[in-house]
Amino acid sequence: MTASASAARFVDSLQAAGFDFFTGVPCSLVQSVIAELEQRGLYFGETREDAALGVAAGAYMAGRLPVVIMQNSGLGVSLNALGSLHLLYDMPCLLLVTWRGFDRNDAPEHLIMGEVMPRLLDLFDIPHQAPLADDVDAAIAWAAHTLGERRKPVCLAVRPGLFA
Amino acid sequence: MMVREALEIIAPHLGDEVCVHSNGYMSRAAFGVRDAESCFYMIGSMGLASSIGLGMALGQPGRRVVVFDGDGNVLMNMGTLARIATAAPENLVHLCFDNGAHASTGAQATISGDVQLEEVARAAGYRSVARIETSAALTSEIGDLLTRRGPVFVLVRIELGPDGPPGPRITHTPREMTDRLRRALGASP
Repeated sequence: MTASASAARFVDSLQAAGFDFFTGVPCSLVQSVIAELEQRGLYFGETREDAALGVAAGAYMAGRLPVVIMQNSGLGVSLNALGSLHLLYDMPCLLLVTWRGFDRNDAPEHLIMGEVMPRLLDLFDIPHQAPLADDVDAAIAWAAHTLGERRKPVCLAVRPGLFA
Repeated sequence: MMVREALEIIAPHLGDEVCVHSNGYMSRAAFGVRDAESCFYMIGSMGLASSIGLGMALGQPGRRVVVFDGDGNVLMNMGTLARIATAAPENLVHLCFDNGAHASTGAQATISGDVQLEEVARAAGYRSVARIETSAALTSEIGDLLTRRGPVFVLVRIELGPDGPPGPRITHTPREMTDRLRRALGASP
């Protein structure tokens, strides 16, 4: 997969907002974003989503502002790390979570998480937005401001088709 | 050698290294032996002390990071052995205190008696690997092990006991720990 213009602009905006450490586990919906990050030598791929959150926590304490990329299936894997590490210790990060199962239109393994994801984020008190293409820059600005103010994780959910 | 004796042997060798401690009795024992601004106690998120240490080591390559892990924690997050080995941070030392049990939850046996975790780390590709079984060996080798080019994995075989918690609960709040680690690592407040 090659990077795309929309992915390049997205990564530009993340870097301009101060994000400087990128880790995670891939999803096809963000393959162009990961390809762009890899081209820039910025991506640290992890083996599991909660391990990526652990790395992000360490990077934050080392002075970096992390982004953790994952499919929403990985959000389930991540709940204990979010609850007993990031939210507990006031460690911010941007969760870039792909919304598989969006609109109940996906493979069966994604339907339940796709349905409950917004409520799951609400339950964990993690602010979230799912921007359309025209709103991406505003959503990044909102995310950077909100996580700086709260010192907690903030989530941008990636709808299918957001990145070419 | 029990965990407290092992930690007391190691403590005099520690200076401004960042120390990341896994949850449960590991953190409590270490907190009881030595506390410093550069010590992080992970009270939840079992399995992730090694990942946190990896993130610190990558974020601050000039600073030495020592992870105080346990066999239950390493077994829970074994993918990270592979990730640490392939990322190969030269500033990371990974200590695993192996008592063959989940000591914090009633000493249920782990499978570390059947799986030599230092051999897993060696196969994954850690630059340097050691297994320590006695206090005499720990005393003579720890100074060298802590300063080797990383990633270094050291399995320290310890015995269970004595009964009860090996140290007090952590008195720092989680946020205080985040803040002091950021200070220790030179991050802006």
